[in-house]
Amino acid sequence: MNVTLSSSELKKEGIEKTAQLSGANFFSCYQCGKCTAGCPASEFMDIPPHEVIRLLQIGQIEEILEKNSIWICASCITCAVRCPKGVDLAKIMEALRQIVLRKNVNYVHPSSVSKEELRTLPQIALIANFRKLTG
Amino acid sequence: MIKSARLNSVGVFVCHCGINIASTVDIEEVKRQLAGYPGVEFVKDYQYMCSEPGQLLFKEACRSETVGGVVVASCSPRLHETTFRRAAAEAGMNPYRVEIANIREQCSWVHHDEKEKATIKAVDIIKSVIERSKRNESLSSVSIKTVKKVLVVGAGISGMQAALNIANSGIETYLLDREPSIGGRMAQLSETFPTLDCSQCILTPRMVEVGQNKRITLMTYSEVEEVSGYVGNFKVKVRRKAAYVDWDKCTGCGLCSEKCPKKVPSEFDRSLGRRKAIYSQFPQAVPNKTVIDRESCLYFKTGKCRLCVEACPLGAIDFEQEDRIEEIEVGAIVVATGYDLYEKEKIEEYRIGYCEDVIDGLAFERLLSSSGPTQGRVLRPSDGTVPKEVVFIQCVGSRDPDHHLPYCSRICCMYTAKHAMLYKHRVPDGQPYVFYMDIRSGGKNYEEFVQRTIEEERVLYIRGRVARLYRDGKKVVVVGADTISGKKIEIRADMVVLAMAMRPSGGIGELSKKLKIQVDQNGFLSEAHPKLRPVETLTRGVFLAGCAQAPKDITDTVSQAGAAASMVLELLSNEELTHSPTTAWVDEELCAGCGQCVAQCAYGAIELDTRRKKAHVNDILCQGCGACVAACPSAAVNQRNFSISQYYSMIESIV
Ligand SMILES: Cc1cc2nc3c(=O)[nH]c(=O)nc-3n(C[C@H](O)[C@H](O)[C@H](O)COP(=O)(O)OP(=O)(O)OC[C@H]3O[C@@H](n4cnc5c(N)ncnc54)[C@H](O)[C@@H]3O)c2cc1C
Ligand code: SF4
Ligand code: SF4
Ligand code: SF4
Repeated sequence: MNVTLSSSELKKEGIEKTAQLSGANFFSCYQCGKCTAGCPASEFMDIPPHEVIRLLQIGQIEEILEKNSIWICASCITCAVRCPKGVDLAKIMEALRQIVLRKNVNYVHPSSVSKEELRTLPQIALIANFRKLTG
Repeated sequence: MIKSARLNSVGVFVCHCGINIASTVDIEEVKRQLAGYPGVEFVKDYQYMCSEPGQLLFKEACRSETVGGVVVASCSPRLHETTFRRAAAEAGMNPYRVEIANIREQCSWVHHDEKEKATIKAVDIIKSVIERSKRNESLSSVSIKTVKKVLVVGAGISGMQAALNIANSGIETYLLDREPSIGGRMAQLSETFPTLDCSQCILTPRMVEVGQNKRITLMTYSEVEEVSGYVGNFKVKVRRKAAYVDWDKCTGCGLCSEKCPKKVPSEFDRSLGRRKAIYSQFPQAVPNKTVIDRESCLYFKTGKCRLCVEACPLGAIDFEQEDRIEEIEVGAIVVATGYDLYEKEKIEEYRIGYCEDVIDGLAFERLLSSSGPTQGRVLRPSDGTVPKEVVFIQCVGSRDPDHHLPYCSRICCMYTAKHAMLYKHRVPDGQPYVFYMDIRSGGKNYEEFVQRTIEEERVLYIRGRVARLYRDGKKVVVVGADTISGKKIEIRADMVVLAMAMRPSGGIGELSKKLKIQVDQNGFLSEAHPKLRPVETLTRGVFLAGCAQAPKDITDTVSQAGAAASMVLELLSNEELTHSPTTAWVDEELCAGCGQCVAQCAYGAIELDTRRKKAHVNDILCQGCGACVAACPSAAVNQRNFSISQYYSMIESIV
């Protein structure tokens, strides 16, 4: 897939929003990959943490939101502690999750869950089901 | 009478500096406002005053009978004050009657949004300088005789090169190093990129040349104790450390070391080998003399042993020796104190993986060196086996502003490629891996060298940083990422080589204070100007060379040392040096002898005559900073052409 870049593409709302919510400067990332190397969950992610940052740098936030990476992230902050450039990747992951959650869209409607499932599933799994992409 | 009338009148030139000044300051308006100002003989403007035609105009004015001084309203005096003063001298006017009014850095550049106000400010600046100029004295430079001798501190390849260049031009040179031998880090290296010349083979002829040079006095195992004086006339106290061996007798035969029972890790071999308590640094040491390491010596510790005394056929061992202070006088100093490596213990996330088989780049050089502890065979320090999987990690401690050092160490990309290549030459069935972030190979034949390593030697380059190391049995597991494929990578290595960041040699802070030179935010010595004065410091007469200034390879080190030598030669080619006469002086009638000025002077230029209770300024030492003028409670100190009355008239002209 070709990506067409322009100044408006690079500064579009989702990108600015992520920067604002996280308070992190993802433009200082120089793609060394130390976050990915240290991340205990990266092997289960569709795209590794450093690529999440790269996609933000080139304005491709939609692609990030389609992938499971932000939901796999365990917020262990290993990435943020190790990053040589002080990029707080854990906060960026959280900001991206917030962007999705604040849309208030349920991926699975509560009415479609059967009584049986409601009884057996733990609450956390139900919430994950409704709002996250890992249900 | 006529003469003083002439001295009180000034000509003014207003420079456009292209559009730098003229697009903000209204030049015509400035001229209108200054015309007719008391004492102004004429006001002229020109596109570029510093250009040749501009200077011709200026010189013409200097030659005219009607003006006693000239004010050039242009850029900062730091840039062209010398240009115009020199031009004035050529035209027969006293150079100290020329003043610069800075209407660029202090006006047009900072006020380009407010043109009208900028014009008013420019007029004010010029008026105040006119007032000062009218009261200037015709000063003449202070001249200083120079001592035609040079001290080079640090005898690595940079210090040796500078010393040779200077000595071969006929000037006596002292070459000082705190280690027993000259040679520096280059003596520890195996082969050098990109040609793979054997480092010792190209270094030792130079070392011998230095040792044999009649004009070079070696002062090894010595440190700079104290520096006083000034350009052309430095006085340096040198601490000659006690070697506990009489070097006049010692021939370096090594019989003492053979007999010495005490073994300790060798610094030269980065602890991969051992040396004795009495030792010579390496076989080709210059001078080839031994020293006793007091900390390890059994006799110093327990009062018993003295086996070396028995072994030495020349009776050279001397436990009574003490440090000696020797004083030398030199006209210039070159600082070439080189580098150390950043300590690997500081990398927290790697530490649990540390063992004898995780080493730094210099230790790997010792393993590769044919004169090293393994005679050039690559063997694991832990068990002496041949490592088959070797991981090289670049940028360790470098380019990490958040935890370690922000800068690129500049040479580790190249030496890592060299290490991987040489490892392949020694262990053809081994597999080297290199973790890197970028490859910086911008030197002649450098990129080709790296490409050869990748293509011909099949070294696997992995683009990513390593997050951690841990131990698993005899292996060190390296966990990194390959950012190109997006995969997390694990390698079970037999040996790991860390390309540790380069940092300035330990002790550089104290040395720079003694020499009154500056260090930058990373501790490297600061050059006077990053582009145009790369080997000078801001202290006149003190020059820089090699890795003490910034990380660099041998090629650049040698070039820079040559440049420093040529600056020294230029300086000392004058029988006398001149010094700005805008120095401070004490009005003895007002001086109360309180001594406050003495405490303020950073250059030690003021002395207090305690008997007469009067302060006195040494013209040669005074740098004209004005600190004493501000400090004197009796207003007894004045600076020539910056007098307090001049300042009052400057202020009056604008308020
Ligand atoms: C692992 C490794 C491999 C390398 N391989 C290569 C290569 O293949 N090719 C290449 O071009 N470059 C290579 N280099 C770089 C090379 O080592 C340097 O460019 C060169 O040694 C710099 O020389 P120098 O004289 O500036 O400093 P140094 O060699 O460090 O010499 C400084 C001298 O000053 C002395 N000194 C320090 N402080 C004081 C003090 N306060 N008082 C008195 N004396 C003092 C020291 O004892 C030392 O003798 C390598 C570097 C490393 C780390
Ligand atoms: S560790 Fe930091 S600089 Fe490196 S890729 Fe991750 S976010 Fe970017
Ligand atoms: S006296 Fe010290 S230097 Fe001499 S042999 Fe004994 S331990 Fe070695
Ligand atoms: S020279 Fe290469 S290895 Fe060394 S710090 Fe710079 S980029 Fe990293």
